[in-house]
Amino acid sequence: MPQILVIAEHDQGQLKAATLAATGFARKVGSAAGGQFEVLVLGHGVAGVAESLRHCGAVSVLTADDPALRHPLADKFAAVIAGVVRGRGATMVVAAASTFSKDILPRAAGLLDTGMLSDVIDVWPDGGDFTFKRVLFAGNALATVKLDGPLKFLTVRAAAFATPPPTESAAPVVAVPVDGATLPNQIEFVAREGRAAGRPDATEAPIVVSGGRAIRNADDFERLVGGLADALGAAVGSSRALVDAGITPNSLQIGQTGKVVAPNLYFALGISGAIQHLAGMKDTRVIVAVNKDPEAPVFEVADYGLVGDVYEVVPELIAKLKPG
Amino acid sequence: MKILVPLKRVPDADTKIRVKPDGSGIETDGVKFSVNPFDAIALEEALRLKEKFGDIETVVASIGEEACAEQLRTGLAMGADRAVLIRSDADLDPRAVAQVLAALFRREQPGLVLMGKQAIDDDSNQCGQMLAALLGLGQATFVSKLELLDHASRARCGRETDAGLETVTVTLPAVLTTDLRLNEPRYVSVPGILKAKKKPLEVLPLTDFCAGAVSRTKLLRLEAPPHRQAGARVRSVDELLDKLRHEAKVI
Ligand SMILES: Cc1cc2nc3c(=O)[nH]c(=O)nc-3n(C[C@H](O)[C@H](O)[C@H](O)COP(=O)(O)OP(=O)(O)OC[C@H]3O[C@@H](n4cnc5c(N)ncnc54)[C@H](O)[C@@H]3O)c2cc1C
Repeated sequence: MPQILVIAEHDQGQLKAATLAATGFARKVGSAAGGQFEVLVLGHGVAGVAESLRHCGAVSVLTADDPALRHPLADKFAAVIAGVVRGRGATMVVAAASTFSKDILPRAAGLLDTGMLSDVIDVWPDGGDFTFKRVLFAGNALATVKLDGPLKFLTVRAAAFATPPPTESAAPVVAVPVDGATLPNQIEFVAREGRAAGRPDATEAPIVVSGGRAIRNADDFERLVGGLADALGAAVGSSRALVDAGITPNSLQIGQTGKVVAPNLYFALGISGAIQHLAGMKDTRVIVAVNKDPEAPVFEVADYGLVGDVYEVVPELIAKLKPG
Repeated sequence: MKILVPLKRVPDADTKIRVKPDGSGIETDGVKFSVNPFDAIALEEALRLKEKFGDIETVVASIGEEACAEQLRTGLAMGADRAVLIRSDADLDPRAVAQVLAALFRREQPGLVLMGKQAIDDDSNQCGQMLAALLGLGQATFVSKLELLDHASRARCGRETDAGLETVTVTLPAVLTTDLRLNEPRYVSVPGILKAKKKPLEVLPLTDFCAGAVSRTKLLRLEAPPHRQAGARVRSVDELLDKLRHEAKVI
């Protein structure tokens, strides 16, 4: 029976919601094939995060809490994960796909000489083993694959697995010993630019408003894209074109090589709809596109398309959404 | 110092990907192949370091079919000094590729491996991290700023994370994987292409070089994703808001 280890992700003391989707994956495997799962929280001062996971359905919430783990550095985190996998006899290690998990999990898999699948969207038992479905080619193909070996590492797309309802019983929190002094020391943390406060993260928000090359400068982005997002309580995102132009930071990029989002509602404002952009948002429930070119490919995936100039349409939208 | 840059042959970013009707793979007839864009960024960075510091040899390497020589020639034409093609017709997963690259690392002993953060065909984003683990080296992924420090014994890297830019220093040798913003790769020039013809391109059979590298991932079937139907055009902001409120019920 599979023994799953879910790696939790957190930021500034807050559990990332996508971690709960990863527990949804673990519960799906458990209900299909039996077995149980544990969650591992790595960091420093993670008691609060561990507490918030006690009702996620895990049999225990493991914490690796040490000053050496204050920052998510791949050499240290991967070494701790590899140790916990060995110690707990895990057969599957899973985390929600993000820059955190993509940095660290393959390294831990390498330490344990095991294979890994990225961006898994489905799983089913198959003759004592499992078969997985994953996304590749910028979302233009789905692969049904098997991964040989007694231990498997996976990242899963959060949008593909429902967050399970909290359990009544609370799992115990179990500290795993960490000796910070013996961890590898090849990577040193220098600084981190915080995410601009105030707006939700695009991967967690029910509504995302994104701007593309139509937006001419950072002020206009803030006024139009930011303004509409604020009127809706939404997150902001952007196409690569605006990141390349220095108008938006990299952390806003939606797409094949940026963030993948699947909110209830996505606004593509002056975005043409290149496959690399669509790869990051086409599992959205409702897509709205505003583009002055009636032939723009984005209209082929939009539920509601409005042909028009974002400089006219968006201020009108904002005005009409404002109460009173 | 020597810099090793792996180059993967992938369908060009501008080609439309079509899955074969039998689900065994993608259609390759008439498809243009290119150097994986992230790998081209890695090579560009290696060349810029060479131009800045002089005493650097850049080695490009590819693992795969005979045709990968084309992408290696492109790398040589951009300015790499020599190329190694490790010949294999097998479908290798990231773990197997990392094993081959580890064997190549041991042979070449580079001071730095610069590689793409992901290949735009498989989209796995694993290889560099696995390679670093196999070699016990430091890593920095998603690098968009790079600076060598202390006589190239360390690198200061800006990393693009979901939360924003993170800066770390890494002890060299290390494996660094590139993000889009690191640089814009140069175009191949005609003199570059002519020069490339005279540069060494060594071909090694995988079976001699790293026989243990076998894929653990088995592809059972490839399929096109469900088609998303285009919806309706709306003519005004009022109509759009009405639909979002009363039809889709999302605001
Ligand atoms: C390896 C690789 C990875 C990539 N990864 C990503 C990724 O992760 N995410 C991503 O987004 N892109 C990515 N791209 C880039 C992608 O191919 C496109 O170039 C990019 O998405 C285009 O951005 P855009 O739609 O904003 O710009 P454009 O394609 O230039 O489109 C601008 C659109 O705005 C419309 N427009 C202009 N002015 C107005 C106006 N006033 N009002 C209304 N409409 C207007 C135009 O009609 C046009 O449709 C990647 C590319 C490569 C090669």
